[in-house]
Amino acid sequence: MQIQLRVNGRDLEVDVPPMKRLLDLLREEAELTGTKEGCGEGECGACSILIDGRLSNACLIPAVQAQGAEIVTVEGVAGENLHPVQEMFIKHVGTQCGICTPGMIVAAKALLEVNPSPSRDEIREAIAGNLCRCTGYQKIIDAIEEASSLLQKEASRA
Amino acid sequence: MAQPVGQNVFRVDGKAKVTGEALYIDDLRIPDTLWGMTIRSKVARGKIRSITYDPTFDWTGITCVDHRDIPQEGKNIVALIEDDQPALASDEILHMYEPIVLLACEDPERLEEASHHVQIDVEPLPSVLSIEESRKADVVIRRDDNVLSRLNIDKGDVDAGMAEADVIIEGEYSVSWQEQMYIETNGILAMPREDGGITIYGSLQCPYYIHNALQHLLGIGGEKVQVIQAVTGGGFGGKEDYPSIISCHAALLARKAGKPVKIIYDRGEDVASTTKRHPAVMRYRTGLKNDGTLVAMEILADFDAGAYVTLSPVVLSRGLIHATGAYRVPNVRIRGHMYATNTPPNGAFRGFGNPQVTFAAEQNIEHIAAQMGLDPIAFRRHNMLHEGDTTCTSQILKESVGGEECMDRVLEECKFDQLKAETEAFNAKAESEGSELRRGVGFSLFFHGGGFTGNGEERLKGRVDISLTENGGARIFTGSTDIGQGTLTIFPQIAAGELGLPMELVEMAEPDTDKVPDSGPTVASRTCMVVGRVVQRAAQDLIQSMVKAVGEGQELTYDPSKLAFMKGDEVFCTWKEASEKIRQTPAWPMRVETVYQGDPSIVWDEVAYRGDAYPVFSWGADVAVVEVNMDTFEIKMLALHTAEDVGKAINPLLVEGQIEGGTLQGIGYAVMEELKMKDGAVLNHRMTNYIIPTSLDAPEIHTYIVEVPYSNGPYGAKGVGELPMDGPAPAVAAAISMATGAHVCEIPFTPEKLQRALSAQSA
Repeated sequence: MQIQLRVNGRDLEVDVPPMKRLLDLLREEAELTGTKEGCGEGECGACSILIDGRLSNACLIPAVQAQGAEIVTVEGVAGENLHPVQEMFIKHVGTQCGICTPGMIVAAKALLEVNPSPSRDEIREAIAGNLCRCTGYQKIIDAIEEASSLLQKEASRA
Repeated sequence: MAQPVGQNVFRVDGKAKVTGEALYIDDLRIPDTLWGMTIRSKVARGKIRSITYDPTFDWTGITCVDHRDIPQEGKNIVALIEDDQPALASDEILHMYEPIVLLACEDPERLEEASHHVQIDVEPLPSVLSIEESRKADVVIRRDDNVLSRLNIDKGDVDAGMAEADVIIEGEYSVSWQEQMYIETNGILAMPREDGGITIYGSLQCPYYIHNALQHLLGIGGEKVQVIQAVTGGGFGGKEDYPSIISCHAALLARKAGKPVKIIYDRGEDVASTTKRHPAVMRYRTGLKNDGTLVAMEILADFDAGAYVTLSPVVLSRGLIHATGAYRVPNVRIRGHMYATNTPPNGAFRGFGNPQVTFAAEQNIEHIAAQMGLDPIAFRRHNMLHEGDTTCTSQILKESVGGEECMDRVLEECKFDQLKAETEAFNAKAESEGSELRRGVGFSLFFHGGGFTGNGEERLKGRVDISLTENGGARIFTGSTDIGQGTLTIFPQIAAGELGLPMELVEMAEPDTDKVPDSGPTVASRTCMVVGRVVQRAAQDLIQSMVKAVGEGQELTYDPSKLAFMKGDEVFCTWKEASEKIRQTPAWPMRVETVYQGDPSIVWDEVAYRGDAYPVFSWGADVAVVEVNMDTFEIKMLALHTAEDVGKAINPLLVEGQIEGGTLQGIGYAVMEELKMKDGAVLNHRMTNYIIPTSLDAPEIHTYIVEVPYSNGPYGAKGVGELPMDGPAPAVAAAISMATGAHVCEIPFTPEKLQRALSAQSA
């Protein structure tokens, strides 16, 4: 099936078999390997992406369902500079082995877009669908907390 | 230059990881790559009668491999400690996930279809599925008695000690499997070479293990095997030895197909087939004086090895050496066994035998304190190891014994007495108000030997090279890998600290066996402490080589703070001048090779299992706070405080990251992570049913770094990788006991087990 979608601001037109997962379309046809597969059943969140602004697991979605959708993957989070969430993951060492990091970054961005100043508990809630086996989540939460205050400062300056 | 050691230098791989640019094994795209898959046994024990490839099926484009494809000059083994595990089963099947046939095809759908056209006819045989069945030996599956490895540790005279004791207390503790559950599953890419050799890319911890295994399997020289580590999405021991098996499989397929072959396990295959933490049953008999002084301890520790030896003898060794806990016991008798069962072979997982025994040893301490009416903290303080004391292997602790400092620090930071009083008040109020919630606070003390046992490091002689680079910097060559813990960052910190160079001028060579020497495996909490020390000494050796090359025979010293070679108080030449000059001399290219030098005073008797078991120990103390719902038996972690003596934190934030991550794995081990096995099959091999902690299950983890330096570590550093895994389970268990009154003798202590324990106690 022929579908059109927009990935990280780039228009794509691809021919996909009906059973192909959006995850595979992104990793293969779009050559965006930042989105990872950890379980293939929506449990780990390593494949988290934004579909029309909504946090989703790319492994659970048939590619054909993305017809006309606007998709953001980890590769689309940074602009000219890194996104504050990315900067803070580096500063607080919110990444160790890094395999969950792309999904975590996308989930954090999604959270801060709807809740610019989340509490630590709200951050825990927001990333509960993203498993990390390295960090104990402590430094990930620290990173998202400071990214939130950075974004707020930026917003108040603007 | 500010000294980078001790600073929170950013991870050098941080940017690539937060942008998605870091390339893991499944992200590598090589044209013409075939997908490989493994067909496994469907019985726990049996004998292969025949392997048939359906003659009516069109096999075009499909490569099939079984044991008959292993070259004559090679050997059907996965070389490790013992050569008992075949790369592909040829006759005997010893567990449910034994690999038998391999297939490869460009099209994954055809591959899947083809897998249904391989018939493996197996005659099932009676199996042994638990430690108890293996011990009984009604069915013998391995050797004469199902024992794959045994070990004794003796100290003093246990019988005399027990006779002298006022009180003798017994207890039995058991622990189950634990799955590493790295978020990236195992994966290997093998590329055939024209010279008959093989190149491997993979998610792995120990490139030289694979390098060795492929030489044995294929019967080729080391120069024909190249192993390159891709960015690796977590290991925790789970990618120590198993990647050798997948590499053997991918290599056989790639050689036969003449094309690159990639094998990426899906989650179910990974959880079910690859190694896990060893289950164990541990019986303690402890003799004490009335004042609480430990006088004798007798321990029987039986571990479940699974079907093959893998690393089990070393797990047994590390477990037994820590089995008396961080305490002074004058008379000790420990008997340990690794029993064979028809379950997937168990292997390395962070802690390597220690989390099992520390749970038992610390629960034993708690139960003794409860039975004798002693305060558990004071009881520990009375018996804990200090400098000059001896461990169960009669090792005299000569330096860097931070146990008491950790204990004091964590108790002070969490305001333990106040916390306990508040918790008691909470429970009293809950009881009077009829609330179902109860809280508890629990403590644990633990230690972990760094590096290989005894003279292991001396024998291994891990090597690191450092070269001068074109741009006047230094490049480190090491086989130690970064699997998330931060090797790529801390090694340059150590070298930059020694050389006075800015971090940007110190780089790490690619982890490729064609380029880097064997520094020993990335295991055993040895990377920073042992290999980091070699990095430091290699940097010093580089300075000496530079002095020789530019010093015109004069006595020069090097001052890293001035980045200059000194003659007395005068600058002789700067680093920059020296490195430029060397490029014009025959000394260029300049590369030094440095090997590990241990402390010559280490004495270890491998036969008697007595002496200096480890060069040094790291120490820790945890305080866990839990809340239990007495209606639903849900166990919620409220907080965990931990103080850990790491000698010196080369990069404090990375050390905290190690501690927090290991601590949460320990919490999972205590109350959540339960692997269910039936008839030798893993029932819950998915992330939906083998549950690891999410951000909502994790408490706030409060970490306090303690630094009691070790003289032969880089800048005083000791191991930290495994230590944090050892303490949480007993601290959480003690907290649950306080909250509920349940005796916690087994983990994972799930709500179901809590309910069972409480009803058994009230009966």
